[in-house]
Amino acid sequence: MSGEQVAFWLLAIVLVGSALAVVLSTNLFHAVLWLALALTGTAGVFLLLEAEFLAAVQLLLYAGGIVTIVVFAIVVTERLVGERISQTNRRIAGGAIVSVAVLALIVSAVVERPLAITRAPATDDLTRAIGESVMTRYVLPFELLALLMVAALLGAIYFARPDD
Amino acid sequence: MGLQAYLILAAVVFCIGLFGVVTRRNTIGILLGIELMLNAVNINLVAFSRFGGNVTGMIFTVFTICITVSEAALGLAIVILLFRVRRTVTADHLDLLKG
Repeated sequence: MSGEQVAFWLLAIVLVGSALAVVLSTNLFHAVLWLALALTGTAGVFLLLEAEFLAAVQLLLYAGGIVTIVVFAIVVTERLVGERISQTNRRIAGGAIVSVAVLALIVSAVVERPLAITRAPATDDLTRAIGESVMTRYVLPFELLALLMVAALLGAIYFARPDD
Repeated sequence: MGLQAYLILAAVVFCIGLFGVVTRRNTIGILLGIELMLNAVNINLVAFSRFGGNVTGMIFTVFTICITVSEAALGLAIVILLFRVRRTVTADHLDLLKG
């Protein structure tokens, strides 16, 4: 096996294992920590795909930002921290059937298609290419994204304001 | 590894996230499942971009990451608001809109 294959399988094991732990762990705090591991594993997959800029963004925004605010939300909303409340509902069988069916559908579609085996030649400076496209061809979506983030943050602040 | 391996890995993570969304009781747990699903989509976008030799997929990934962060911030604000109004974040008990 080449080095890339070893890295891929290691990352796949970490990613799938921590994703399973996210949905199955009974303690919500542990679930968030497993999510941090899963997001870091995804950053590893991005590195494997030679997208180092996206790996950095993934670590900063996801593994840093989202995990922090989720932990804050748990601290604010959980009255009985540590108590073993049943975290899953009675729909485990239904959920398993639905997700396995979706998985079978996607995998059968992916397996049937003739997909690329080899990568396209690497861009010499990917970060530069992304920056240039965002500032030229995709400038309108970029500005809309800025508007969306301002609206979302204002909305979040409005929701979370203290009662008056 | 070919494109197929990355797509199947992403599909597995997506379906695990879907399972979490369907089975979790806690609203925050449901949000964690949604994060996993969006994350799987990002793997797909980057893999297609890398194997297709087109930078557009990576730019879409930057956009989805930003949208996901907004979604998480708003979703958690709604969870905190719900907790303040109903004193619970269990999805089974949030049935205000049930006829």
